[in-house]
Amino acid sequence: MDQALQHLVNGTVLGGTYALLGIGLTLIFGVMRVVNFTHGELYAFGAYMTYAFVSLLGVNFFAALALATLCGVALGALIELVLLRSMRKADIDSVMLVMIGASLVLQNGEMWAWGGVAKLVPNPFNGSPLVFGPVSVLPLRLFVLVVSAALLLGFWLMLDRTRAGVAMRATFQDPETAALMGVRIGWVNTATFAIGSGLAAAAGALLGPVFMVSPTMGDLVGLKAFAIVILGGLGSLPGATLGGFALGFVEEYAGGYLSTEYRDAFGFLLIILVLALKPQGLVPAKERIG
Amino acid sequence: MINRRSLLLASLATPALATRGFAADPIKIGMTQPLTGAVAASGNYVANGAKIATEVLNRAGGVLGRPLELILEDNKSNPREAVASVEKLVLRDRVPVLIGAWSSTFTLAIMPKLIEYKVPMVVETSSASRITTAGNPWVFRIAPTSEMEAIAFSALLSKFTPAMKKVDFLSVNNDFGRGAAEKFSAALAARGIAIGKTETMTPEATDLAAQLTALKQSDGDTVFVTTGVEQMTLALRQAVEQRLGKRIVTTGGSFPDQLLANPLPPGNDSFHILFYAPWFPERAPHPAIARTYTQEWNKKGWEFAGLTEGFRGYDAMLTVVEAIKLAGKPEAEAIRAALWNVKIPGVNGDIAFTKEGPAGQESGQNRPNVSILKLSEGKTSLL
Repeated sequence: MDQALQHLVNGTVLGGTYALLGIGLTLIFGVMRVVNFTHGELYAFGAYMTYAFVSLLGVNFFAALALATLCGVALGALIELVLLRSMRKADIDSVMLVMIGASLVLQNGEMWAWGGVAKLVPNPFNGSPLVFGPVSVLPLRLFVLVVSAALLLGFWLMLDRTRAGVAMRATFQDPETAALMGVRIGWVNTATFAIGSGLAAAAGALLGPVFMVSPTMGDLVGLKAFAIVILGGLGSLPGATLGGFALGFVEEYAGGYLSTEYRDAFGFLLIILVLALKPQGLVPAKERIG
Repeated sequence: MINRRSLLLASLATPALATRGFAADPIKIGMTQPLTGAVAASGNYVANGAKIATEVLNRAGGVLGRPLELILEDNKSNPREAVASVEKLVLRDRVPVLIGAWSSTFTLAIMPKLIEYKVPMVVETSSASRITTAGNPWVFRIAPTSEMEAIAFSALLSKFTPAMKKVDFLSVNNDFGRGAAEKFSAALAARGIAIGKTETMTPEATDLAAQLTALKQSDGDTVFVTTGVEQMTLALRQAVEQRLGKRIVTTGGSFPDQLLANPLPPGNDSFHILFYAPWFPERAPHPAIARTYTQEWNKKGWEFAGLTEGFRGYDAMLTVVEAIKLAGKPEAEAIRAALWNVKIPGVNGDIAFTKEGPAGQESGQNRPNVSILKLSEGKTSLL
């Protein structure tokens, strides 16, 4: 029983991080129909920015998280303006190739700038775990979970309750009509990509101190993010959240009770099962975002 | 009478020897290491060791009156890329000898290419037994096998208090990790220690909570962790989070150096099987060589704890250069034959090869030394 409870806590923490990874990717696909292969690299970029602000510039840890996220927003806006804006009418395959190229450039840029050796990001939290009966969790992990939940909620409110959110959803439903109604499509796309990138950078900024920061840290994360989005339903924010937690729990319990050797395989087995039974994913939204 | 060994010892112990001018073309030595990817930290350390050995040797006159040129390729912590890096080194750079490839998985992937291109390789890190028992006469390993490491470790069991009674394993799921779990299980079982669970993790895994929670349920008193530096560091940090509450011993010679600057909370000591402990060069078998290596490394401003793995590249370079000297020419077959006659002092100890594997197809295997380092709140001490 104690082990099951610990797995429950571990799965919740892992699921929260997976959900955060998924929402930025699903937003960009939902609004722009762009498969963002730079998602993993933007995650690594956020982690490196946190490392740079904390370890090299001596910035306060919490301020560094915010600054790293803003850097991710800025980089995302730059990618949209330089690479994607001129390709708005291009087919999805061409855009995918451009994004794969951008991902390679970003990863090699990180290797060039930081070297291949992984780095630890110092954090102000106590290194000893908080103990609740039979279960334990690090204060840093709890902080990440709480901030992830706050980001998910804030992001949902932005989409549902603000004019910017309405503009994003309108653009997805019918870009031409949205433009006739006064929505500036170009800026909606830039803002969407920037916000999605900021969410990826925020995930990296939060998880970099939990794990370690390395140029290839985005590879596995990018793959998992795609798995979460497909599991939850492409373009669905609740789907990405649910998919993240589903994947986290399956990996944790299957790894703990069945086989750690095939831990990742169980996650992908879940995806195959869901897609076989429900090809649109767990939450096939009528309206792809929100 | 001064023999060749003394001369080499003297040259390596005195890096300030005047630099010679070279007119001849350099002799190329190829090296493939994981400079990026999951085990990049270790690969960079080993590469740095080879770089400073090249500098020290060139300052001492190179070999055969020619300077040495180290050509370094990144195998990206990936066996396919490891094979591609060897193809490039052999076919494009025309190197007559190789050093590589850190992980057993990468080395095993490369080995058929050594036979195909007839180029010898000095294996500096990989520990899987198959590397020297598979019948590849182009392989010369200076690193210990997991079995040698396990047997040497089991002779030091009396240094642990309380004594080990039952052990579990957390291993990276590749030849290195699985091989270490198997060989340590056998060596410890032979000493009457009970063997518990073995949990595995993919080389890229960052969240090890499921594995650690499963290990926590075992009634073992010690967990042996076998993986690269990055994952080893994560395992030690996450063991604190999961309140593992067991002694942790890491194998393979890697050291989680970032835990020096970012120590674990009190009461979370760990033990590390090392082949060179740079905090204590005077305890090395050849202190003068160890000091030179350590001083040259520190001059570069590289991370101090990288010395624990960098010596592999340093010793591998000394080995290769001695073989070229004995061969009298930088040609692959001559170097391969000469490697059997290498007898030199290195950072880890004496380097010489004995035969392993099927008759007529033997590989060379060196007998290295091991030591156990204790890490406690960012402070190191030798057991």
